[in-house]
Amino acid sequence: MKLDRRTFIGIVVGAGLGAGAGVNLSPLPWKLTDDISIWTQNWPWVPVPEEGRVSHADTICQVCPGHCGITVRKVKDRAVKIEGKEGYPINDGGICPLGAAGLQLLYGPWRAPGPMRRLGKRGEGKWEQISWDEAINEVVSRLSDLRNQNKPETVACITSDDRGTVPQLFARFMKAYGSPNFVAGTSADATSSIAMELAQGKRASVGFDLEEADYVVSFGSGIIEGWGSPVRSIQAYSKWRSKKGSGAPTLVQIEPRLSNTAAKADRWYPVKPGTEATLALGLAHVMMKESLFDIGFVEGSTSNFNDWKEMVLNRYGLEDVSRSTGLSTEDITELARNFAKAKRPLAVWGRGKGTAPGSLYECMAILSLNALVGNMNRRGGMWANLCDTDMGWPDIPQDAVAENGLDTPRLDEAGTDEYPLAKYRPDALPQAMNENPDAVQALLVYEADPYYTYLDSTQVAKAFSRIPYIVSFSSYFDDTAAHADLILPNHNYLERWEDVPSPPELPKPIVGLSKPAISPQLDTRYAADTLMTIAKKLGGTVSNAFPWKDYESVLKQTLGEDWGVLSKKGYMEKRFETENQFAFYTEYQEPIRAEGSSYRYPLTLIPVELIRLADRRIGNPPFCTKSLETTELEGQDLFVDVNPKTCFDFGLADGKHALLETPQGKAKVLVHASEGIMPGVVGIPKGLGHTGYDEYLAGKGVNANTFLGVVDDPISGLCATWGIRARLTSV
Amino acid sequence: MKEEDLGHRETQHHGESEHVAKYKFGMVIDLDKCTGCGACMVACMAENNIPFRAEDINDRLVHNYWMRVYKMSNGLPFPDNEVCYIPRPCQHCEGSGHHHHTPCISVCPATVTDYDPETGIVSQIYTRCFGCRYCMAACPYHVRVFNWWDPKWPKGMEQYLSPDVSPRMRGVVEKCSFCYHRFQRAKDKAYVEGRTEITDEHEYQTACAQACPANAITFGDLQNPNHAVYKLKKSPNAFRLLEHLGTNPKIYYTSSRPWVQEAADVYMGAEGIDITHP
Repeated sequence: MKLDRRTFIGIVVGAGLGAGAGVNLSPLPWKLTDDISIWTQNWPWVPVPEEGRVSHADTICQVCPGHCGITVRKVKDRAVKIEGKEGYPINDGGICPLGAAGLQLLYGPWRAPGPMRRLGKRGEGKWEQISWDEAINEVVSRLSDLRNQNKPETVACITSDDRGTVPQLFARFMKAYGSPNFVAGTSADATSSIAMELAQGKRASVGFDLEEADYVVSFGSGIIEGWGSPVRSIQAYSKWRSKKGSGAPTLVQIEPRLSNTAAKADRWYPVKPGTEATLALGLAHVMMKESLFDIGFVEGSTSNFNDWKEMVLNRYGLEDVSRSTGLSTEDITELARNFAKAKRPLAVWGRGKGTAPGSLYECMAILSLNALVGNMNRRGGMWANLCDTDMGWPDIPQDAVAENGLDTPRLDEAGTDEYPLAKYRPDALPQAMNENPDAVQALLVYEADPYYTYLDSTQVAKAFSRIPYIVSFSSYFDDTAAHADLILPNHNYLERWEDVPSPPELPKPIVGLSKPAISPQLDTRYAADTLMTIAKKLGGTVSNAFPWKDYESVLKQTLGEDWGVLSKKGYMEKRFETENQFAFYTEYQEPIRAEGSSYRYPLTLIPVELIRLADRRIGNPPFCTKSLETTELEGQDLFVDVNPKTCFDFGLADGKHALLETPQGKAKVLVHASEGIMPGVVGIPKGLGHTGYDEYLAGKGVNANTFLGVVDDPISGLCATWGIRARLTSV
Repeated sequence: MKEEDLGHRETQHHGESEHVAKYKFGMVIDLDKCTGCGACMVACMAENNIPFRAEDINDRLVHNYWMRVYKMSNGLPFPDNEVCYIPRPCQHCEGSGHHHHTPCISVCPATVTDYDPETGIVSQIYTRCFGCRYCMAACPYHVRVFNWWDPKWPKGMEQYLSPDVSPRMRGVVEKCSFCYHRFQRAKDKAYVEGRTEITDEHEYQTACAQACPANAITFGDLQNPNHAVYKLKKSPNAFRLLEHLGTNPKIYYTSSRPWVQEAADVYMGAEGIDITHP
């Protein structure tokens, strides 16, 4: 058949009409229309949260050492929101981003659903859930084997704090079992309490009365970025800003980077990193030379003043201090005068959030400024509160195995002749384990994430890989738990009773009592109950050391008469006053240097602590990671802050990748050209690069601890690392 | 908008009895106090069932923030560089005239968004929205965000979702509602107590204002002389964002720093002339 134009059009039109009619007879258009209307309606797979009776439960937030009072809003038996508790003495209704995201920790998939035994390789994330009996029997058989072999000292225990009933039960277990290796975490407070021991003869925490001070000089403390009890410090700052006129307090920030605190300070003095102690003593120099100090306090309540004065006048000449810190002599003199002449001056110690112990000499120098103006135990000044971990429990029975084990030296060498002042030296553990691979045969980890938080991640990973048996009591699959062999999950902090120690930076300590805001959601148990069950099954003196029925009865008995107040009010003030006494530290010390050669590593890397990024034992919940600046994290890569001048010098481009190398490690990072950082300095955020948890946190960025090594403080023996030499090359 | 103009507008309002608003909710945000901690952002996400995704978790272009804290810099080189944080909820523009033609309401073809004359709150009804995103283009403050994906919570996490705020579906625009459900709750409570109006500012607070540890965010009825915002908005340091556009927003900011005040009336962001993101 010949196909002419007319026929062709006829066929095409006919087919078109036919198809059109056919389609219209088919269900397709109706289906499409229906789909379009569904598109604009509520999709059935978008959850519809269940309604129910609303109630509120008060408890204490434990995601950081700030220990705020919180109120959990509940609908039926679900927790739907965490808010700051009105009237609580620490935070009065305020809350920080991490605290507000707490329910993501409670309900997140990163929680261990029950006792978990590792399948596959460590860190691979393959687990099987087993029964509590099976899990506990496994630990008991491991621990009793080691005890039968007379090697109780090869069991180590890591916690983040040694204050409170549960950490003390772990310490007690270790003593009864026969190991000296109970290692709690350290922080700026560990250093300042050693400083107070040197200054007063008694170990005491240093509290800072921010609210009442009117001239605050912060030596790198992130006062509004998580320092101390974060909400309380921010509220103190807010109160300063509410005061107008001549009485308005002044905040002076000393640090090489324009942190939020520096940005909000009345005056920012960018000093060269690591020269804070030099500046503090330079200020002291000016104050003493110009007789701008509290003679009454210095003569009446201090000792070693003349020796110290001589040392400071000789060693910290204005010109020298100016050269080392990079500040002009005029600036230093002006700052010293303003500080000394203020009505209630206060010098604040503890860099960033105060997570790093830091240099004892620097701490002493800063506290000496407070002593010079005589603000000790005074309104707006520094307050010393005795550290007390005596629980009033019966003596610990010990058999011969335990006695022998306890006679062996501590692995971290804390309290030995070499490091007499240190109570714990957690940062020394990985190296000690690597030098002596058989030293630790089993490791118990409670409320700590050493695999993530310890410095020098490569060394830590190596040390952990050599420990034959790791047991984590964590509620979460944190980095340590992810590399453990067995997880015996504790209740989440919203599910448990617990005595919560005071944040050490408070001038008037507040002890809190955490109450279950919600019933346990998973097959978890109190870590203390698990531990006591293990002890009872081990038998003998270990079992006898725990004469209590269960954890809740220990808690009630330990709190004694305070139980009534605490369970009713939720908190109480507990002050252990010290005398007004301060011995100046007269021995000159060189500043702690950053590790690495400046020839090979021309830059200085400093860790940066951000309030929107948790960097301690708790991983950052998704809400907080979502709130990070786009100049802090992009996709899976983190940014380091570099001054545009430095970018120019080293051929780095803003927003582009670069290789960051230090003597300890290297990794690819993104460069953020920022005018808020001193040339020659690189700032890296802490809190990213987790290996545990889940896709919302793991693998994002790199752990800043990968780049940092451990530098021992010559006086305290704690880790004094504040930075490290580094190199950045574009890739 | 200068204070006198605003006063004039209010008088006009009161002139017509049927248009007298019962409340005019708004905020005064003290930028000298704001520490940029981000508690407002997180409290908002937790209160309003705002989802999150693992990929590009903090990408501002594709993820939803009702409250977003901007970081601004004065652009000067080290060490004269300064930084200021600006929390930015929906500005709940009043618009000009009696029609309350805010930029978003003017363009919405589906009456998804509307001005509530009782409270001054700009509403958003998700189920009406078909995702044309005209409002997003119109909003000079970038407060509106689009749901590019269905919300998905990791297993178990739906448990913390609040029944007060419905989770949104793919294909709709959402934005800050001044925690309108909290206003409804306050009204219910007042009704039970035999009152027809809520008078005390503590009865109704947004989640961000409640959370703010620095007390930088003050929320209340801008026309009620007993509310803190009434006085605070009259501060000589008070200003609003992009006042020259005449959107008449109900979020006031205060800052003692001139460069911050100046920056508030130019277009911020990548297109900024003198202002750069640090």
